[in-house]
Amino acid sequence: MTARNRIAGLLAVLLAAVIGAAGYVWKVHRDQATTLAAASAVAQGGDLASLRARPHLVFRSTALGEGYGRVAVVPLSDPGGPRAITPVSCERVHATGAGAVCLAAERGIVTTYRGRLLDTSWQPVRDLPLTGLPSRARMSRDGSLVATTTFVFGDSYANPGQFSTRTVVTRTDGVVVGDIEKFTLTVNGRVVTAADKNLWGVTFLDDDTFYATAASGGRTWLVKGSLTARTATSVRGDVECPSLSPDRTRVAFKKHGDLPAGKWRLAVLDLTTGVETELAETRSVDDQAEWLDDDTVVYGLSRQDSGSASSDVWQVPADGTGEPEVLVGDAWSPAVVL
Amino acid sequence: MTVRDRPAAGGSAGGRVATTVVLLGVVSLLTDVSSEMVASVLPLYLTMAVGLSPVAYGFLDGMYQGVSAFLRIAGGYAGDRGGQPKWVAVLGYGASALSRIAMLFATGFAAITAVVTADRLGKGLRTAPRDALIAEASDPKTLGRAFGVHRTLDTIGAGIGPLVAFALLALVPGSYDSIWVVSFAFATVGFAVLVLFVPNLRTAAGTARIGLRRAFRAVGGRPLRRPLIAAGLLGLLTVGDGFLYLSLQERDDFAAVWFPLLYVGTNIAYLALAVPLGRLADRVGRARVLVAGHGALIACYLLAALPSGGIGLTLTVLMLLGVFYAATDGVLPALVSRLVPAEARGSGIAAAQTVVALSRFASSVTFGLLWSLHGPAWSLLLFAGLLVVTVPGVAWLLRRADRAEAVA
Repeated sequence: MTARNRIAGLLAVLLAAVIGAAGYVWKVHRDQATTLAAASAVAQGGDLASLRARPHLVFRSTALGEGYGRVAVVPLSDPGGPRAITPVSCERVHATGAGAVCLAAERGIVTTYRGRLLDTSWQPVRDLPLTGLPSRARMSRDGSLVATTTFVFGDSYANPGQFSTRTVVTRTDGVVVGDIEKFTLTVNGRVVTAADKNLWGVTFLDDDTFYATAASGGRTWLVKGSLTARTATSVRGDVECPSLSPDRTRVAFKKHGDLPAGKWRLAVLDLTTGVETELAETRSVDDQAEWLDDDTVVYGLSRQDSGSASSDVWQVPADGTGEPEVLVGDAWSPAVVL
Repeated sequence: MTVRDRPAAGGSAGGRVATTVVLLGVVSLLTDVSSEMVASVLPLYLTMAVGLSPVAYGFLDGMYQGVSAFLRIAGGYAGDRGGQPKWVAVLGYGASALSRIAMLFATGFAAITAVVTADRLGKGLRTAPRDALIAEASDPKTLGRAFGVHRTLDTIGAGIGPLVAFALLALVPGSYDSIWVVSFAFATVGFAVLVLFVPNLRTAAGTARIGLRRAFRAVGGRPLRRPLIAAGLLGLLTVGDGFLYLSLQERDDFAAVWFPLLYVGTNIAYLALAVPLGRLADRVGRARVLVAGHGALIACYLLAALPSGGIGLTLTVLMLLGVFYAATDGVLPALVSRLVPAEARGSGIAAAQTVVALSRFASSVTFGLLWSLHGPAWSLLLFAGLLVVTVPGVAWLLRRADRAEAVA
């Protein structure tokens, strides 16, 4: 082969590669734009200020289109009706009557994350310390405490020993209580010092006491902790992402049991009797549940069809009876504000 | 046309690096853009799009490391035996390129695993014959620099790959197929450069047609025995980068926020220093630079084990890690290739790289265990302490290696 032939050969390969690859990406890009345009828009509407006065649900709207990823509000009297879209975008949101916490991602070549406290008119009040991929956010009932969980390393707790979370509790007046993974963790009477211990999914009982998940060596526990004593003590095994009921007698949680890795069953534990009840939802739930009232649990569930970026918020009775039902379509990260 | 390199003949110490080396560097650059594009999104793809747990993947990944190590030796020997390392390398690069397009059709865990394995095997097969070609095309006196130039180009590609992948995901969210297609395009161009322009240098091995026994004797023989033991000892005390980055993020928020990009800091130092340290190795002795590089590693462990960090300390650790790689990654094949007879060069390089890969794998397993039992600081201090004891011993083992480079 002559030098000229070789160069011609390379140019031909180069041209075919560039045109082929660019053409493919362009086609995908155009198809995505078409799908987006054709997506059925969800009904929007309602006045944010007047919704505040009524019991409502705050959530992340995942309806494709303009409002994707924005925080939205619906009245509990008509959860399937039009949603009022707020100006803020969050990956994870939780709200009380006093304000809201929003964990947001700023996507780019390097994705960075930001945690913010918002006031009742969705205006930023204060930035929170935040490192890593947002996972859970929870405020105490009176809105004075906020807990955030992020993945610093790894992108899921589905793989034991291969992830690291950071869970920080902050007072909404700005005082940082600290990373609860630094608290003294006691499991079955023994202090755990293993480097692979992680704590996540906080739910507050009062101004000092909280429940959360602790994990080490591939096992998880429900722990009860104290912010002032800086301790966390195991209550029971195999409990993840607890969420206290409004009457504070039970927690809804994810139970791994003998399911395959990365699968969980939604259950409710009675804290006084220790009785555990599996709920009627048989699909795997990976969310920190929320309580609609003392009898109903709500949670987010990704759509089963592959490639879908959307999810819905479902409700199921807390006593193991009934059937799961969609509460709000195209929604994620629900927070009930009464 | 003849893009012929004249090995040894023309190259004065200040001369240019052989065209073949630069061409192989370009091939590696394009192939690394391609493979790092896939590697950087694979965990995300498996968990988000395919819905698989990475536990099984992590386990299989470890197994394939072993198979790949075996194939590395086979590739080195095949290149020596046929005397045509180029075509063995072509096979390896080709397998990896084809595996990209196969990702389009692979659904389910088994299929994806098979495709990823094909890529790993291709990488195992091509490394040693490619390094043998670099050694063949270069002046022995500037071999360190030649490997430095090749590794620099290689690392540039590894740095660009993830950026291309994430830019694509920003343009066409969720379209992993676009990533496989673009990755295939990069691999194809790299493959074309290799096939069309890299000369099929007939190595000395071509006429000798060495048998397995002869190759085995060359690899296990006296000149190479001590360097292989030395490389194994050092490899056993080399902690995986991932563990170092993890220990950095545990102690300071700067490292935690920038966790996904810590490797870039190391790569920048590596890029800046691969050629200068290669030249230094040519001048003062390759074994000496190899040993000294582990001094940087000891400093790296000690600084990473300090209880509190900060931007300055984190950057220093990343830089020291880059120094370590620049002083060892290209210097080791440069050292080894001059210690074995020319007809067993590929086998010799493959043996050294396999020893390093296997011993580092063993080290990662051990370190991971120690980490979970005693925490990062304790484990790092232990490894630093063991290195302080081992490095002088290795220096003694290698004391004659620099002078022994007369075989070729």
